[in-house]
Amino acid sequence: MANSAQAEAAHHDDHPTFFRRWFFSTNHKDIGTMYLILAMVAGVVGGLLSMGMRAELMDPGMQIFGNPEMFNAFVTAHGLIMVFFMVMPSTMGGFGNWMVPLMIGAPDMAFPRMNNISFWLLVMAFSLLVLSLFMPGAPGSTGVSAGWTIYAPLSTKGIPGIAMDFAILALHLAGASSILGAINFITTIFNMRAPGMTLHKMPLFVWAVLVTAFLLLLSLPVLAGAITMLLTDRNFGTAFFDSAHGGDPVLWQHLFWFFGHPEVYILIVPGFGIVSQIVATFSKKPIFGYLGMAYAMVAIGVIGFVVWAHHMYAAGLDVNTQAYFVFATMVIAVPTGIKIFSWIATMWGGSLSFKTPMLWALGFIFLFTVGGVTGVVLSNAGVDRSMHDTYYVVAHFHYTMSIGAVFSIFAGWYYWAPKMWGYMYSEALGKLHFWLMFIGANLTFFPQHFLGLAGMPRRYADYPDAYAGWNMVSSIGAYIGFAGLLVFLFSIVYMFAKKQKAAANPWGVGATTLEWTVSSPPPFHTFETLPRIK
Amino acid sequence: MAIFHRTLTVLAALAGLAMGSLALSGAALAEVGMATPWQMGFQKSASPIMTQITDFHTYVTIIITVIALFVLGLMIYVMARFNEKRNPTPSRTSHNTALEVAWTVIPIFILVAIAIPSFRLLFAQYDFPKADITITATGNQWYWSYEYPDEGVKFDSIMVPEANLKEGQPRLLTVDHEVVVPVNKNVIVGLKSNDVIHDWAMPSFGVKLDAVPGRLQQTWFRAEREGIYYGQCSELCGRNHAFMPIAVRVVSQDEYDAWLAEHKSAAIDADGKVASAQQ
Repeated sequence: MANSAQAEAAHHDDHPTFFRRWFFSTNHKDIGTMYLILAMVAGVVGGLLSMGMRAELMDPGMQIFGNPEMFNAFVTAHGLIMVFFMVMPSTMGGFGNWMVPLMIGAPDMAFPRMNNISFWLLVMAFSLLVLSLFMPGAPGSTGVSAGWTIYAPLSTKGIPGIAMDFAILALHLAGASSILGAINFITTIFNMRAPGMTLHKMPLFVWAVLVTAFLLLLSLPVLAGAITMLLTDRNFGTAFFDSAHGGDPVLWQHLFWFFGHPEVYILIVPGFGIVSQIVATFSKKPIFGYLGMAYAMVAIGVIGFVVWAHHMYAAGLDVNTQAYFVFATMVIAVPTGIKIFSWIATMWGGSLSFKTPMLWALGFIFLFTVGGVTGVVLSNAGVDRSMHDTYYVVAHFHYTMSIGAVFSIFAGWYYWAPKMWGYMYSEALGKLHFWLMFIGANLTFFPQHFLGLAGMPRRYADYPDAYAGWNMVSSIGAYIGFAGLLVFLFSIVYMFAKKQKAAANPWGVGATTLEWTVSSPPPFHTFETLPRIK
Repeated sequence: MAIFHRTLTVLAALAGLAMGSLALSGAALAEVGMATPWQMGFQKSASPIMTQITDFHTYVTIIITVIALFVLGLMIYVMARFNEKRNPTPSRTSHNTALEVAWTVIPIFILVAIAIPSFRLLFAQYDFPKADITITATGNQWYWSYEYPDEGVKFDSIMVPEANLKEGQPRLLTVDHEVVVPVNKNVIVGLKSNDVIHDWAMPSFGVKLDAVPGRLQQTWFRAEREGIYYGQCSELCGRNHAFMPIAVRVVSQDEYDAWLAEHKSAAIDADGKVASAQQ
């Protein structure tokens, strides 16, 4: 009798009702799916915001925005949404949740219910942030218009309205979501690898998620502290960032960037892992220098904690402080270079096939290199003197983010979509999407290097007439990139309509990790019996 | 290196020739320090520090261009030589110690080669000379106010709106009262703020420093050529962040002395503003 009761309960577990399944999930695949949907919605919202900005900047003068403050509210929302609600939910929440348990042969995450809370906290955070756009902010305006970096005292005294407090609370929730997620990934990866899978045998994507989880765990609490100090300065009479009462605005910058620099590695390191999986698969060769690749990610993560003030070279830091940060920042180029060369060495001697995931990975390798080398230029405080707060910086981080991180996300999507949904995507649409994004993103951001060198400052709603030419080119590029996004969204509808069934392993001999041993799509529960790894 | 720099400069100059002559039509043959249409590089240097910045940037840009093209070249070769049609059987090689050491050590050498002139440039920027002129620039929402504390001169510098621009005056850069300094003299600029963080930037001089409330911090420049030079606020400071430019007119010592005399003796109104004859 006990047996049939247990069987009854197990049966209900395997087929939860709609509400239980999607609102009280404890399933890493379903939670991963929900994260990907959230990321797509946020990506569209963030993308529309950027279209608004590029439409305004297409010509000199103010054509679209009546109030330049609103333009800066778009700048701010675009940044916060893309960072916290598009990239991170895609790579960690989406692909991390879906693939890490599968890749290590675990039945689920260590804390399946906490996994669900991480997701729903993020939904609440996103809602608060979007709401903030409609709340009073700066005098005469709505929304937070202080940039994603929300420097004090602009964010304390300069934006008195509750939009800022909404945004602060949104960041608290998003931070909590990620900290809980980090705890989940670290515990899962350390404790739940299948028998025989040592740390040095696990896939590089799992290494990437592990490194990223530690970055999240250690940097987000600092952000939480900093934004709490912002909240109390605004509402409870403290003066952490108010020099008139013994505080210092520059303290905000140190606290923010102590989080903010590891954050940019949080955004890219999972992408490194995705690219490694894809390059190995489509070269039909194991990754070159596996240990170097794993420990390069560890090195990038560790060093990433001691370089933050390269964002502050113009703030008024002492020259010797600047000199230290120049040195430390340049050091990160070494492990990053090791990764680029290792990917190329993986392909060397391989048998390359150029399916859509591989196109995105190849685009990533070259274009992330371009973004990375402009980072080397910027790391030199002497020349950053002229580049700080100009479009050169905007170009640098969009090459690494909008091209690097985003290309790695689309790479992961096309690579794992057959596994997740059980359907093949259309190669033609995938390739069209790739080329539109490739051309669009390069056309948008390459001319921004010129604008920056020529002196165009960032976060400007209008600019001197001399900057008109390259701004026009950049805006046209943005429209082409947006067309690529529309092709992507259509390709998803097409894939689910066509229902072309995908095999357990559609990629052939190069796909050697455990997720390719289960069916496409996988059953609700996988690896209820642990695999043994030799 | 110098050839590359000169080529870029010539191209930029050629591209800007038409626009440049329009801009110059107002002030005889004096230099105008601002961007020109389709400009791809730094604005022409008017100070020794900016020359050093430009040269260093050219040097580093050549290095990174070679690296990026090298990576691109390797990738194109790999895609052509090792695609599945030309190489149906993949190798299993996943190690090569010599290669791994090389691509760790060679980048270190390249970084050292960048770091040496980089530190030289950084320390040169902070090697403050003895001041010939001292001015303070105070950031406000949304204009700059200037003071020559040793001379008793104070004025606000507000952007001239588009409707009030005269022929040849650049939009978003022209101000009602320019900073005036003599050529070839060391100018120390103290930065303050009355509200939020602003940033005083002058591309032609290679100068950029935040104006932080509660602090007085300093930068310096020496302008080598007479002319009018423009910069823009470079730290997000609210609604009119894009509309609080900086203009520095560099003149001969005699013209500076005359300007100083006029501003010292001119009536100062209740706001500390100069009742300017220019209006």
